[in-house]
Amino acid sequence: MAYGRGAAAVKAVEEVSLEIAHGEFIAVVGPSGCGKSSLMKLIAGLHAPASGSLTVDGKPIAGPLKSVGMAFQNSNLLPWRTALENVLLPLEIVEPYRRDFSREKYSGKAKALLESVGLQGFTEKHPWELSGGMQQRTSICRALIHEPEILLLDEPFGALDAFTREELWCALRDLQAARKVTVMLVTHDLREAVFLADTVYVMSSRPGRIVRRCAVPLPRPRDLEVTYTPAFQDVVHELRALIRG
Amino acid sequence: MDRREFVIRVVSPLLFTIALFVAWEAVCKALDVPLTILPAPSDVFAALWQYRKPIWDNSFVTLWTTLAGFLIATLFGLALGIAVGWHRALYAGIYPVLIGFNSIPKVAVVPVLILWFGLGEIPAVITAFLISFFPIVVNVATGLATTEPELEDVLRALGASKLDIMRKVGIPRSLPYFFGSLKVAITLAFVGAVVSETVGANKGIGKLMLDAQAAFQVPIVFAGLIVLAVLGIVLYAATAAIEARFTGWAFRGQANR
Repeated sequence: MAYGRGAAAVKAVEEVSLEIAHGEFIAVVGPSGCGKSSLMKLIAGLHAPASGSLTVDGKPIAGPLKSVGMAFQNSNLLPWRTALENVLLPLEIVEPYRRDFSREKYSGKAKALLESVGLQGFTEKHPWELSGGMQQRTSICRALIHEPEILLLDEPFGALDAFTREELWCALRDLQAARKVTVMLVTHDLREAVFLADTVYVMSSRPGRIVRRCAVPLPRPRDLEVTYTPAFQDVVHELRALIRG
Repeated sequence: MDRREFVIRVVSPLLFTIALFVAWEAVCKALDVPLTILPAPSDVFAALWQYRKPIWDNSFVTLWTTLAGFLIATLFGLALGIAVGWHRALYAGIYPVLIGFNSIPKVAVVPVLILWFGLGEIPAVITAFLISFFPIVVNVATGLATTEPELEDVLRALGASKLDIMRKVGIPRSLPYFFGSLKVAITLAFVGAVVSETVGANKGIGKLMLDAQAAFQVPIVFAGLIVLAVLGIVLYAATAAIEARFTGWAFRGQANR
């Protein structure tokens, strides 16, 4: 699949086939510039493929999917809205919520979601009053509020410091366990991928291809401590070797 | 407002203004400047008080013509700015004409307006409008054009239409630009109204000053200038207050830290 036009066209991704079961957490890892983000944007319908095709549930993707929630490396919160209003945003856009949207009706739902990631007491704050980690939590809540079939995360923790990142791993782990959402996480952090995902796909450089599908054998629920065990390290090592070669 | 804030925001501009008038008065008295060249502030305020009735009547006319022109400019500028920001072809098509139009000194347009509408308030309203809509259009279009694509992506990923993106991201995002331009536009509208009155009108501060000048009543001319300055400050402050009310989020650095 390629996207772009004319000379600027980039053949970003080639022959990629991913299978994601309902409620599964998959991670896509690969070196910088291997087309991980392009793949995600194609799936989300933000880029239209210039050649090739893309199907979800056997149906070709023409435009943005209705059933997708997306969070990016930057939280991309709207600065004039409070955390709560930012989380409510998708409900103002996506059917069937949009039809009868009112703040009163859905703010309870949004508040509950924000509370589940530890943001009680911050719902009325504006983005600049929140720390980077809090902004990213809000952003993930916004991606989930309309109950999408799949949550697409494009290096959501890339801009955070190491401690905050691990904190958010746990927040995402708990959120996914509680809501059984299907998640596709794009990252270059192998520890993150192994800690969070059920299955890790490794991509190679341009044009991006999936070179390995690797099921993570670690049992759930996983504690942060698991990242220091030999079993965990072995999986990380194995993936690292694939990317190096 | 604490003490320090009060000193900075109220006391310091007050002191500076008073010092300016005192210096002006001192220069006039020390050099014995004739009344017909530069009247001292004491003479100006005396004239202001003596002719308060005609000054008030004419100020009122200037004020409402300014506000009427400004209001039309706001509505028109906002609509055109959104239209231009909406579509690149429209932007490319309209921009050269807009710049060309803005380059015409509005004082040259007033005689035409008087020809069309006669002496009266209408040429002043139209001049105020013509001179002040341009910054609004440019700012609104700029605000829309500089919207971060990442913010738009958030909505596009949800399947939002272009209208949705405009309503939820584009317009709120460009509001600080819009209100910023209103501060420029209100002073321009004021200039436009007064310019039109000095070219030809039967009422207004501009007309009053013109008549006073013809009669060598220089203190009245300066009284008119003082009134213009005060009105200008009041109108600017009013727009700035509206701006702060609606786009506080864009000024977070000053207000909340």
